[in-house]
Amino acid sequence: MKLTDLPDSRGHFGPYGGIFVAETLMAALEELRVEYDKARNDPAFMAEFEYELKHYVGRPSPVYHAKRLSEQYGGAQIYLKREDLNHTGAHKINNTIGQALLARRRGKKRVIAETGAGQHGVASATVAARYGMECVVYMGAEDVARQSPNVFRMKLLGATVVPVSSGSKTLKDALNEAMRDWVTNVESTFYILGTAAGPHPYPMLVRDFQCVIGRECIMQMPELTGRQPDAVIACVGGGSNAIGIFHPYIPYEDVRLIGVEAGGSGIASGKHAAPLSAGTPGVLHGFRSYLMQDENGQIIETHSISAGLDYPGVGPEHSYLKDAGRAEYVAINDDEAMAAFHDLCRFEGIIPALESSHAVAQAKKLAPTLKKDQIILVNLSGRGDKDINTVAKVSGITL
Amino acid sequence: MSRIGETFAALKARNKKALIPFITAGDPGKGMTVPLMHVLVEAGADIIELGVPFSDPMADGPVIQRASERALANKVGLRDVLAMTAEFRKTNTTTPVVLMGYANPVEHMGYEAFAQAAKAAGVDGVLTVDIPPEESAGVSDVFKAHGLDPIFLLSPTTPESRVEQVAAAAGGFIYYVSLKGVTGSANLDTEEVAAKLAMVRRHCSLPVGVGFGIRDAATAEAVARIADAVVVGSRIISEIETAPEGECVNRVKHLVAELRRGVDAASK
Repeated sequence: MKLTDLPDSRGHFGPYGGIFVAETLMAALEELRVEYDKARNDPAFMAEFEYELKHYVGRPSPVYHAKRLSEQYGGAQIYLKREDLNHTGAHKINNTIGQALLARRRGKKRVIAETGAGQHGVASATVAARYGMECVVYMGAEDVARQSPNVFRMKLLGATVVPVSSGSKTLKDALNEAMRDWVTNVESTFYILGTAAGPHPYPMLVRDFQCVIGRECIMQMPELTGRQPDAVIACVGGGSNAIGIFHPYIPYEDVRLIGVEAGGSGIASGKHAAPLSAGTPGVLHGFRSYLMQDENGQIIETHSISAGLDYPGVGPEHSYLKDAGRAEYVAINDDEAMAAFHDLCRFEGIIPALESSHAVAQAKKLAPTLKKDQIILVNLSGRGDKDINTVAKVSGITL
Repeated sequence: MSRIGETFAALKARNKKALIPFITAGDPGKGMTVPLMHVLVEAGADIIELGVPFSDPMADGPVIQRASERALANKVGLRDVLAMTAEFRKTNTTTPVVLMGYANPVEHMGYEAFAQAAKAAGVDGVLTVDIPPEESAGVSDVFKAHGLDPIFLLSPTTPESRVEQVAAAAGGFIYYVSLKGVTGSANLDTEEVAAKLAMVRRHCSLPVGVGFGIRDAATAEAVARIADAVVVGSRIISEIETAPEGECVNRVKHLVAELRRGVDAASK
């Protein structure tokens, strides 16, 4: 079986993925699988999705040659895929439009979502407003505190934001709570899952909606540079921006695919969010994948300066690509990501999301090891306006 | 026949229904679980459901989530739960024990290693909430090979076409979740449940237990009239949570005795 043919009909990427949920959700997931199968083979659905991406999101997003950054880093040429220029400021909107259109096909008037950094919450609240649906967003209480601008954005867009105070009060707990809501309101509610994770068919459909990123790059890179890049770098929390740019590149065997996890205070410190770099396979949130867990199989708390990467699991396709050797996964620490954040601000006039800064930091490491005519394509998955409070705090500045 | 099968057969012979209380192992304290298990039996439990604490109990409401958090704070893991069961078995060889929890702690130990250890500890059945029959290949078979009954859930959203598939993978009994929602939810509609159970029984010869929404003798009686077993979880955990220091065991004993009277009233 080819790597691009996955998942199989039951949502498995080799040993990963699957449907590990309580019985109450099985019928809803089957309904979603059937509906998505119909939708993706329906030219009218796909045409509407593409129309919305073009006219509402502003796609295609440009690819930009970061010349001053490349000079500074001294080596390969660095190109940025500008997902930060999308409406709402991140790649998340590609997926929420696709899922909102699915919700509308099913006649669901209420959508729910989980969010970490708030980008997916904003993107969900946005499409709910756009299509006239009620929207409830679950967000860890700690994330509500550190991402207050996004909380306010969601409220402006008409969504209800529910702070989740169980467990570690972060993304994983928000996901637990969204699942509980869905179990309870399964007939009236569509769950807009924010990343290429969760039970089948979510990892597949989120990937499919995000693959527009990689497909555009495959067209844009030869126009700009006459060829495809030597390496593609993307940050990995749940992994939706990464799989969106990686997946179309899988058949291009000469293109290195590098996923960047959150190294937090360093892998050795144990305070990180890097399951592919330092975890083991297990089952959480409806799927099997690499996880951060203790010797009893309990999920352990994660640490990252970036709320969007602060998640103990990772989308199942990344686990598969790691084992298959088709993608490499590395970790970037908080301080390295912060340095790259400042680099991009100062040398290119672009304020990146802290999530995306992890990918830039990896380019900083890789570029000097490559020749000047080699090409690194970084997926700049989101803009950093939402992070200015965090950055100010780290820098000891009161706004 | 398994200890669970024998229990249901013996109850049926006496025209009685089963009472299955649930407690989370390690809540409120590590040393409390075995005494509580004995008290459950004393007060009228036919089968004990013992919750294995998990950090991310997705299918549980706030009451059982908090029990799980307390147990984890007491550092209780799957191996401790097996040790507690073995301790209980030293003086009780008749009451079946069903472990209820999530996939990951079991997966982390390894299904084969877990099944062996669980059987040796005296466990009779295992309900892993987030392993549906579709993902149970290599799990149910391993459990069955070691003489453990794999317990599966059915819910109001389960289509008739799936019931047979679930029943084929299941052993011991079927656990019908009477409400959409997480554990601890309210508003039980027994007429709706009765209609669904009739459908389930057309496809499944195993006894059917009903849980979710049972809180007192009256609701226990209503469910016992239509089901083979009555499962009570959140209500008991609430009692443990709110009992003053030192009162916990007594409170649970009174509550379970009340539930027992409700269950028995249904067979009169």
